[in-house]
Amino acid sequence: MDSFTTHTGIAVPLRRSNVDTDQIIPAVYLKRVTRDGFEDGLFAAWRQDPDFVLNQPQYAGGSVLVAGPDFGTGSSREHAVWALMNYGFRAVISSRFADIFRGNSGKQGLLTAVVSEADVESIWAFCDEIPGAALTVDLESRLITAGDLSIPFEVDDYTRWRLLEGLDDVGLTLRHEQLVAEFEARRPAYKPVVQ
Amino acid sequence: MAGTLAEKVWESHVVRRADGEPDLLYIDLHLIHEVTSPQAFDGLRIAGRRVRRPDLTLATEDHNVPTTPGPITDPVSLTQVETLRRNCEEFGVPIYPMGHAEQGIVHVVGPQLGLTQPGMTVVCGDSHTSTHGAFGALAFGIGTSEVEHVLATQTLPLKPFRTMAINVRGTLPEGVTAKDVVLAVIAKIGTGGGQGYVLEYRGEAISALSMEARMTVCNMSIEAGARAGMVAPDQVTFDYLKGRDHAPSGADWDVAVADWEQLVSDENAVFDAEVDIDATKLTPFVTWGTNPAQGLPLGDSVPDPRTIADEHERAAAERALEYMGLHAGMPLRDIRIDTVFVGSCTNGRIEDLRAAASVLEGRQVANGVRCLVVPGSARVRLQAEAEGLDRVFTAAGAEWRLPGCSMCLAMNPDKLAPGERSASTSNRNFEGRQGVGGRTHLVSPQVAAATAVRGFLAAPADL
Repeated sequence: MDSFTTHTGIAVPLRRSNVDTDQIIPAVYLKRVTRDGFEDGLFAAWRQDPDFVLNQPQYAGGSVLVAGPDFGTGSSREHAVWALMNYGFRAVISSRFADIFRGNSGKQGLLTAVVSEADVESIWAFCDEIPGAALTVDLESRLITAGDLSIPFEVDDYTRWRLLEGLDDVGLTLRHEQLVAEFEARRPAYKPVVQ
Repeated sequence: MAGTLAEKVWESHVVRRADGEPDLLYIDLHLIHEVTSPQAFDGLRIAGRRVRRPDLTLATEDHNVPTTPGPITDPVSLTQVETLRRNCEEFGVPIYPMGHAEQGIVHVVGPQLGLTQPGMTVVCGDSHTSTHGAFGALAFGIGTSEVEHVLATQTLPLKPFRTMAINVRGTLPEGVTAKDVVLAVIAKIGTGGGQGYVLEYRGEAISALSMEARMTVCNMSIEAGARAGMVAPDQVTFDYLKGRDHAPSGADWDVAVADWEQLVSDENAVFDAEVDIDATKLTPFVTWGTNPAQGLPLGDSVPDPRTIADEHERAAAERALEYMGLHAGMPLRDIRIDTVFVGSCTNGRIEDLRAAASVLEGRQVANGVRCLVVPGSARVRLQAEAEGLDRVFTAAGAEWRLPGCSMCLAMNPDKLAPGERSASTSNRNFEGRQGVGGRTHLVSPQVAAATAVRGFLAAPADL
């Protein structure tokens, strides 16, 4: 995983709440067996609408999505994260994220920055004022800067550390393989095996 | 220290605990399917890693499979299924492919084989893994990176959760089902209400439910934002498990039951949150909008967004009514339906099919209505045929299909056309979930069957 320290890019306001993973990428686009190319399915239904924010030229190349509450609800599909990242997003800002989506993002290096609903409104207002303007998300200092705005965001310490270091979870866990083996030796004999 | 059921299961699976880091939890059962696993196996290959416990891993084909006879014709779906088969062969993972006697929806297969047992940790790259919590297992959906992690290590680093008791007090009235209970719970706490929580469903109404009904309830925990939902195991659980293929037998059975009997929240355990639902007041419940919390009793009318205080919910309701082609004040029973879908990991088990058949017996699906009945697994299909349910469905004019996820998620040939409207026993009514432009009303199998007969949203009592 690539590390994430700070990112500056065009902020894209997505004025919707409850953006579920079927909206982020419909199931029909989930059939690839690779982790790339999913940008074609990103917000596929909404992109049919010429007025949709991603179809507006000033937001071309946008890389920070600013969304309403409960972003990423629904299915566990990590394809939602891949689609956002394949399209070019590096961070999503919202007041509330669904758990699985947030976890998946952390594994892939997509930053989910939690701010208050009022702060989301302020950033949306900033986008309205200067459509296509860039903002900066600094993970080191946990701060979003957009014009005159300076907004602290929440991200848990462990995820922040992993993102800053670009660490792979599997590698971290395999350091403790001995503990796993010891645990396995203690498991009750009646626990089922498939074969 | 007194603990809740969820905390007890968590504690018994901690492999490693360190300050400032998530607990590393052991995973007892890892279920996989074709959609969320290919990139995980790829990751293993790139890193030169093996599957640590193929004997605790089970694959089945469900999301992509057609439910009519014949091979997969969509080349991309076929690639995904073939990739799963190849990966399972390469890494030694057992698989139930299309046509196999044990194939079916992953969350139907695990429990019916007796692989899901109380006190286990169960994961799958599918959010409806919460289903398995009905056995008092801690079961939750994971993303593909986590699938890779479990394949490689049989563990997961997990952040602590909070606990929420959902107390469903009193007895359910006649004709009110597990689906109605869980739709009412979601409407009450909202799509984000369970975020960060494991829900424990408790109370008289839950204890009275069968295992399959408990699975329906736990299945939809994720629709309230909770990754897991649980029911404490009891005699109903033990009776369901006894004699199943992978259930303990002989002396092991007694040891297991003695352990399982400890899996209850202690009297003085404290939940981080509690929600009370009066079971006696519940009636058949349906959704009117585009998220599972936008639901109401069938006897109500489409709500007026102007009466919704919360700004985001009001905007969401306005959008939902526009997408659903509904107007405020319209009685829900006046909503005309084109398609009825009975099936999915929520309501594709034998009891669900029996419930639908009992309504359809001696009746006809209304003119112009397409009714699909899709068993959740090959076993469920065989059982239904042994009971003659298939003949009830076909005599009524419904289609009797092969097992799979089918119309739950528009990933296989079973879809809604743009503008088509379904009454569906599945779990999500998101925009486009059942096909681009499709409109979904979530219902119980009983309401689905009655709706098929009437052509409008209906309960059996309306017939």
